[in-house]
Amino acid sequence: VTDAGWMASVLTAARPQAVAALLRQFRALDMAEEAFQEACLRALRTWPKHGPPRDAAAWLIMVGKNAAIDGVRRQGKLEPLPSAEQLFDRADTEAVAVERIDDADYRDDILRLLFICCHPELPATQQIALALRIVSGLSVKQIARAFLVSEAAMEQRITRAKARVSAADVPFEAPGAVERSERAAAVIAMIYLLFNEGYTTDVAARGAKSALCEEAIRLGRLLLQLFPTEPEIMALAALMMLQHARAPARFDAEGQTILLDDQDRSLWNRTMIAEGLALVDKALRHSRPGPYQVQAAIAALHARATRPEDTDWAQIDLLYATLERMQPSPVVTLNRAIAVAKVRGPDEALALIEPLGAKLANYFYFHGARGALLKQLGRVDEARVAFDRAIALANTPAEAAHIRQQLDRLDAAPAAGLLIGSRKIV
Amino acid sequence: MQYAILCYHDEKVTCAWSKEHDEAVMAKLGAVIKKLADKGKLGPVARLLPTTAATTLRKDREPPIVIDGPFAETKEQLLGFYIVDCANLDEALTIAKELGAANPGGAHEIRPVGQFWAGKAAS
Repeated sequence: VTDAGWMASVLTAARPQAVAALLRQFRALDMAEEAFQEACLRALRTWPKHGPPRDAAAWLIMVGKNAAIDGVRRQGKLEPLPSAEQLFDRADTEAVAVERIDDADYRDDILRLLFICCHPELPATQQIALALRIVSGLSVKQIARAFLVSEAAMEQRITRAKARVSAADVPFEAPGAVERSERAAAVIAMIYLLFNEGYTTDVAARGAKSALCEEAIRLGRLLLQLFPTEPEIMALAALMMLQHARAPARFDAEGQTILLDDQDRSLWNRTMIAEGLALVDKALRHSRPGPYQVQAAIAALHARATRPEDTDWAQIDLLYATLERMQPSPVVTLNRAIAVAKVRGPDEALALIEPLGAKLANYFYFHGARGALLKQLGRVDEARVAFDRAIALANTPAEAAHIRQQLDRLDAAPAAGLLIGSRKIV
Repeated sequence: MQYAILCYHDEKVTCAWSKEHDEAVMAKLGAVIKKLADKGKLGPVARLLPTTAATTLRKDREPPIVIDGPFAETKEQLLGFYIVDCANLDEALTIAKELGAANPGGAHEIRPVGQFWAGKAAS
């Protein structure tokens, strides 16, 4: 019963835990990775024959460790260690059992591994690439495709990141409570960055890109398993699920963006929404609010609305106001303006965003949203200028095409709808 | 006699399934489920969300406390169940094996049902 798909998912599932434990053992990313690769090769050879071990991660850690030590010993002509085959014998299975580290160790191992990947000395793009390579186990080719760069460039980016990490000092002792929560915060930020990388980009690359969203959700779940009672981590996972659930409805057949209001909501992934909503409920029960919870609550309100007109914009306005207080940022205010436009009309919304002009002068969404508000107010000439500016700043052809469409419609009847309405906060 | 077939699997593994793999497993299970339904042997079936979405109420104290996560921290988690109507354990085991062949890995616990209320919400 060990077909290839099943083996692959067992190895993928065991990877973070196994690589993290091997990293603690060898204290070098390359060596941990190589040991894990070797263990996987042996698993592919022996599991089909013997059936999978009960604890795949423990088996891979044991075999990987032995393989690496074996390699070192071979050079020193020492006694060989038990082979993977022998590990299936009863006595050795018990040896594997002894190797099981308790849950607290696993947690710190995986957290350390994740934290190393988002080390503050690494630029964001390197953090994400390293996490995808080391933790998720994506191939350099897959990562390169997702980032729309050549394989060689990605290889170089990852190598550079690894060198930087090994030069930096990451302590291997179990972290204290404060450090643990700092590490968790850095990891949360990296995972959401990864999600956004997948969410925001070009339709042409949508297939490969949406793999990034799925990886981000998987890492979010992993982090949640490590910290099952942290409301902000519940909210991070929920936020990503609630947004990704809309993926099947976000683009039309030609790859054009479909606004939130115009999406076919029957295409939304209901199972993913259910999981997201359950996590929001769980998080809010803790009464320890945080920015991810507020954002997840906003996403939940969109997800709960069966029709666009059922959306509780007044509540969304309040939530954005809360977020503005927690994390003051012009982008948050811009998002709030969308809710304000729905609740109190385009006049007030425009008044809210006009002061942001200087800070968001080069921000595509600002000009797109401003153009749409001006259009609603019948200020056609000003709307045209705003839309022109937005096109010049578009990040993707789909964004540019969307604004061009708005421009084309300018002379026709004024239509509601703001591109930013379908976006989350960056 | 009714049996509950409780499905246990390592959710780290099932969450690592690719979309294609998940769809393939569900299609294979769908075929078995349809066969059972056609024979009138199938009761309610549920696939549960991951245990990270679970909340547990400990009611062995007063007041009860609410805990995040599943009741038991186990290597394999309860991820779903089938209620089937069978003549005896042998038949229930046969069905469990068919379901298991469509969805390998993990374990099925075959548990006889004592009392059963169909309820009205689940339709």
